[in-house]
Amino acid sequence: MAFREDQIQRYSRHIILKEVGGKGQEKLLSARVLVIGAGGLGSPVAMYLAAAGVGTIGLIDMDVVDVSNLQRQIMHSQATVGIPKVLSGQKTLTRMNPDVRVIPIQDRLTAENAMELFSDYDVIVDGSDNFGTRYIVNDAAFFLKKTLVSGSILRFEGQVTVLEGHTSAPCYRCLYPEAPPPGLVPSCSEAGVLGVLAGTIGTLQAAEVVKKVLGVGELLTGRLLLYDALSMTFRKLKVPKDPHCALCGSSPTITTVSGSSEWVCQVPAS
Amino acid sequence: MSVVVRIPTPLRKLTGNQGEVREEGKTVREILDGLESHYPGIRERLTDESGELRRFINIYLNEEDIRFAEGLDTTVKAGDEVSIIPAIAGGSR
Repeated sequence: MAFREDQIQRYSRHIILKEVGGKGQEKLLSARVLVIGAGGLGSPVAMYLAAAGVGTIGLIDMDVVDVSNLQRQIMHSQATVGIPKVLSGQKTLTRMNPDVRVIPIQDRLTAENAMELFSDYDVIVDGSDNFGTRYIVNDAAFFLKKTLVSGSILRFEGQVTVLEGHTSAPCYRCLYPEAPPPGLVPSCSEAGVLGVLAGTIGTLQAAEVVKKVLGVGELLTGRLLLYDALSMTFRKLKVPKDPHCALCGSSPTITTVSGSSEWVCQVPAS
Repeated sequence: MSVVVRIPTPLRKLTGNQGEVREEGKTVREILDGLESHYPGIRERLTDESGELRRFINIYLNEEDIRFAEGLDTTVKAGDEVSIIPAIAGGSR
C-alpha cells in the first residue's frame, strides 16, 4: 500500500516509531475493529482508533444521544442530542479522520446477531453497559476466535482486560463465571460514574487494540488491570484460565451463543 | 494474622466509606467472619446461602485469585492483602 502525501503527514508520529513504522501504519489502516457501545467507553476508544487510522470501525449501539450522556461521552455533543449515537459517532470520527470507514449499526447486540456481526472484524472492544451483553460478546468472540478487549467502569473504579479464550488465555467466564442477578450490582445510571474515568479506561482499551493490531508489546491477557481514581492507584491481578470454564474449559457446556442482553436494562436509557 | 482488606466502591457503603480495612484471621473465611462482625451485611454480598463465594465476586489474596488456590480456606499471613473484586458492567450509558 502506498501512502498519500497527506497520510505520511497525518501518521508521521506513528511512522517514526520503529515499533510502528510504515508497515504498522498499513496494518492499522487495514484493521477492522468493532466497538460495542458508543457511549462512555466507546467514545474514547473509537476516537483514538480513528485518529490512529484504524481503517474500519464498526459502532453498535441502539440508543440516541441524551444530554445526560455528555458528561463523559465525548464523541457526542449538544448538537447531536436526540440523534442515534452511532450516527453522532460516525460524524465525529469521519470529521477527525476521513481515512476511516465507520460502520454505524443502530441495533441491540443479541445472541442471534452477534456471530454474524463479529465475523467481519479482527478485534472486538466491549464497552457495553450490562452483564447480559458482556456474556454474549464474550461467547461470540470465543467461538469466532477474536481477541476481545474488555473495559468496565462504575463510580470511581474501572477494570480492563484482554480476553482470548480460544488460546491458552482466559475468557470473561474464567474471570466471572456468572453474571450477578439483576438488582444486586448497581448500574452507572443508578450508582453514578466519574466522567473522566470513561476516558481513562477507554484509552487503555484503545492502546490494547492498537498493540494487538501492530503485534507489539505485552497485552493484558491473563491479567486484570484495576484503576481506582480516588486513590489514583493501578493494580494488576492475575487471571488464570479456568480449566473448568463452561465455555473455554476442557469440557464445555456452552456450545452456542445464547442469553439475553435485556434483563439487566431495567433502567431507562438516560 | 492481621491483613489489609480492600473494599471495592460498591461495597463501601457497608464499611463507612472505607476503602481499606484491617481484619484478623488465619484463612480467608476467618477474614470474612471478621468483616461480617464489624460490617454486618457484607457477607451476604460476597457468599451465597451455602457459604460459597458468589460467582460474580472474586477474592484475591495478593495477586492471586483464591478460586485457583484453596478457595475460602486459603491461608493468609501477616502483611497479606485481600482484595474483593466484583464484576462491573458499566460503560455505555
